[in-house]
Amino acid sequence: MYEFASVFLLLAMSLTMIRFLKGPTLNDRVVAFDVLGIMALSLLVLLALYFQRSLYLDIALVLGAIGFLGTTIFGRYIEKGI
Amino acid sequence: MMSFFGFFFIFLGLIAFTISAIGLLRMPDLYSRIHAGAKSPTMATILLILGAIFLEPSWAPKLILLAAFILATNPLSSSVIARASHKIDTPYINTNNIDELKDLQEGKK
Repeated sequence: MYEFASVFLLLAMSLTMIRFLKGPTLNDRVVAFDVLGIMALSLLVLLALYFQRSLYLDIALVLGAIGFLGTTIFGRYIEKGI
Repeated sequence: MMSFFGFFFIFLGLIAFTISAIGLLRMPDLYSRIHAGAKSPTMATILLILGAIFLEPSWAPKLILLAAFILATNPLSSSVIARASHKIDTPYINTNNIDELKDLQEGKK
């Protein structure tokens, strides 16, 4: 059951990856990157359930924090440059 | 019974993720893509974490912390991108020539 759920999530991730590769401007790529980070976080929750290890949840929290910081810094870069 | 509810919420979340990915592919301009990429992933993650709480009740504190973190940060980062894109005048489909944020900023000056 977890295998099927993970494959389902990977399908959604590959659809988002198309937008990440195709996106006409930088902003589209940043949005797709944000969504990919959230999907990776959800994949880590599914992996934690599959392997029965709660350690993966800590990694998911750190990944969420770093993804948020990256998106915010990209927003500042779009607005003002380096 | 708990396991049934857990998988039910997890698959509801996965369906919401897929709808968000299709929206990112199909929407015509940047702001509607931000709309597709901001709201439904937040809801999908919270549904998935709710399913995980049903499946493993002993992990509830960590999972609730994760859900609260996602609920706080994801709309904020999308708002930052939208505001930055508006500031550099990204073209978008504007059928009735209304731009209230621009009017507000010009009125302030």
